[in-house]
Amino acid sequence: MINGISINYYILLSAILFIIGSIGVMARRNSIIIFMCIELMLNAVNLLLVAFSTLHNDAKGQVFVFFIMAVAAAEVAVGLAILSMIYRNIKSIDTHLLSNLKN
Amino acid sequence: MIKLVGLITLFSLIGFLINGFFGKKLSKSLSGFIACSAILASFILSVVIFIEARHLPEHSQIVNLFSWISAGTLNIPFEFVVDPLSTWFLLIITGIGFLIHVYSTSYMHNDEGFSRFFTYLNLFVFFMLLLVLGNNFLIMFVGWEGVGLCSYLLIGFWFKNTEYNNAARKAFIMNRIGDLGFLLGILLIFVTFGSTSFDQVFSKAGTAEQGTITAIALLLFIGAMGKSAQIPLYTWLPDAMAGPTPVSALIHAATMVTAGIYMITRANVFYSISETASAVVAVVGVATALFAATIGLFQNDIKKILAYSTVSQLGLMFLGLGVGAYSSSVFHVTTHAFFKALLFLGAGSVIHAMGGEQDVRKMGGLKKALPITFITMLLGTIAISGVPGFSGFFSKDEILAHTYEHSPTLWFFGMLTSMLTAFYMFRLMFLTFWGGFRGTKEQHHHLHESPKAMTFPLIVLAILSVLGGVIGLPHFWGFHNFIGDHLEPLILRKNPSTLPHDTEWMLMGIASVAALAVIYVAYIIYRQRNIIPLNENDKMPALQKTIYHKYYVDEIYDAIVRKPLDAISTMFYKFVDKQIIDGIVEGVGSSVKGIGSVVRLAQQGDISFYIITMMLGVIGILLFTFLL
Repeated sequence: MINGISINYYILLSAILFIIGSIGVMARRNSIIIFMCIELMLNAVNLLLVAFSTLHNDAKGQVFVFFIMAVAAAEVAVGLAILSMIYRNIKSIDTHLLSNLKN
Repeated sequence: MIKLVGLITLFSLIGFLINGFFGKKLSKSLSGFIACSAILASFILSVVIFIEARHLPEHSQIVNLFSWISAGTLNIPFEFVVDPLSTWFLLIITGIGFLIHVYSTSYMHNDEGFSRFFTYLNLFVFFMLLLVLGNNFLIMFVGWEGVGLCSYLLIGFWFKNTEYNNAARKAFIMNRIGDLGFLLGILLIFVTFGSTSFDQVFSKAGTAEQGTITAIALLLFIGAMGKSAQIPLYTWLPDAMAGPTPVSALIHAATMVTAGIYMITRANVFYSISETASAVVAVVGVATALFAATIGLFQNDIKKILAYSTVSQLGLMFLGLGVGAYSSSVFHVTTHAFFKALLFLGAGSVIHAMGGEQDVRKMGGLKKALPITFITMLLGTIAISGVPGFSGFFSKDEILAHTYEHSPTLWFFGMLTSMLTAFYMFRLMFLTFWGGFRGTKEQHHHLHESPKAMTFPLIVLAILSVLGGVIGLPHFWGFHNFIGDHLEPLILRKNPSTLPHDTEWMLMGIASVAALAVIYVAYIIYRQRNIIPLNENDKMPALQKTIYHKYYVDEIYDAIVRKPLDAISTMFYKFVDKQIIDGIVEGVGSSVKGIGSVVRLAQQGDISFYIITMMLGVIGILLFTFLL
């Protein structure tokens, strides 16, 4: 129990966020949306880590979350830079148009 | 000085390295000078060591150079042995080797591969010295293989000619068959005695079983058959005449082909114990001697005649070994080295003068144009024919006397061989040097005596051929038989002649009369009646035709060995290689290609599809892990 809320709710919320994220990644064509969905998945995991960390009174999980956030921030910087380069090249960020490797 | 015996081999190795690496940059005279002086240095050191070794209290001294193979209990040192036998061969190899090197500087002078020739020649001498100096069978084997390699390189020296290359390959393969026997023999020695060092092996030889010793002796003899051109492995030697003439003189007459005799003399302990092996050696020897001598009767290529003569003389030496006359065989090796090297070098001089012509039917009357060559070759021919007083007479007589003691039948065939030898050698002389010139006008115009560098070795060898007999004058004449006493410490079964003196006189008399009579017959046929041998396509009597074609031995080998091997190879090629192996190899390739062409369809460039696939994959793995 954390602040009166059962751990099950945390798990449920995290699972919902993760599924929303992964469906978004799979279904959407807009690169930015996909990107945001990836962030959603990451944060779903973060939530889970923090919840369990508190549950077990162990700070390791929270430390781990800090690292994930820092890396995610870096990843965002790189990812957005890639996206802006893609946009400059094909004037679009639709992933379906990015199929040059097909043949 | 004996401690410095390693230097003898080192000199020729240095010569080989210098000529091998820098030969193309050196001038011809410098490259020839280096090669000759390397051998001369070895010769001088050999003489010193020979003299010193005669005063050794134990007759032999082992010089340890370094530890060669050392693995667990197996320990094979790299040792040289200095004893009467090895020093004797040192003298022959370096002495004759030096003369032939000098001769080659002139003979090969216009050849583009001049320095390459001397590279090979020096390497050959190096390996030959290793062969005779090694104190165990393994070093001997290294030398044995090395001289085989050099023989191959030198037979195929003019490698642009396919026929010469084939001759080189034939020599190599024939030798390989013998080498396998030799190698098995060495392994059997090692298994039986736990060592390959001569001193240890021979001192333990009495303790081994009779059957094992016979097997070892026969396996070693197979090696000797290959290297010393005995039936059935002799056919490579006549073909080996494709090499330059000095090579024929050095490798295929004086030194390498006598390696088999050296080896059996070295291992005489085995042959003394095993009567069977000795008998095989004697019979093979006499059969080869007679067989090759008959072929020699109808050959027309000057070098081929000498080649068959070499095979025949080697057979005679093996006959001597077989009847236990080891020192007589070594004596004959020595005199044979003198006169056969002389005859080959003389033939080279003739070929040189004739502008490359080797067919005696196209020569004739050369004695005026080539006086020195003529006289020296004549002396060599008299020596090989066994005319009394010349070197060949004494050595051959010693072998035949021992043979008579052993078995008069073998003696008869040996005698027949030496008569045939006298006949075909004088046939060669009469056809080449007497009568009218039968070559082209242009050749006649160019006839000239060879330069000094070529005639000098001829003269030295001629002197040795005439006087060489003094090293082994017969005991019953009341002389001291130098070589017999010299080698005596090494021979296990002493073989003093028990023949009454008048029998020995009688044998000697028969041999002398027979030789002179045969020479007279040759004189009548080829000088008085001026008969010139028939051409290939002329009709000849069946027997002569068979002999002319060398008894069709090459054709028989072709039919019973090469053709079946060819057929089996073709079968394997068509069935095993093409169908099975290629089927597997190509099957792997084409199946990958086939699967790829199907799987490729999944690769459509849509990222979300990839992600979905990945997700499904992850879910699949998770399900798999949790459910099972």
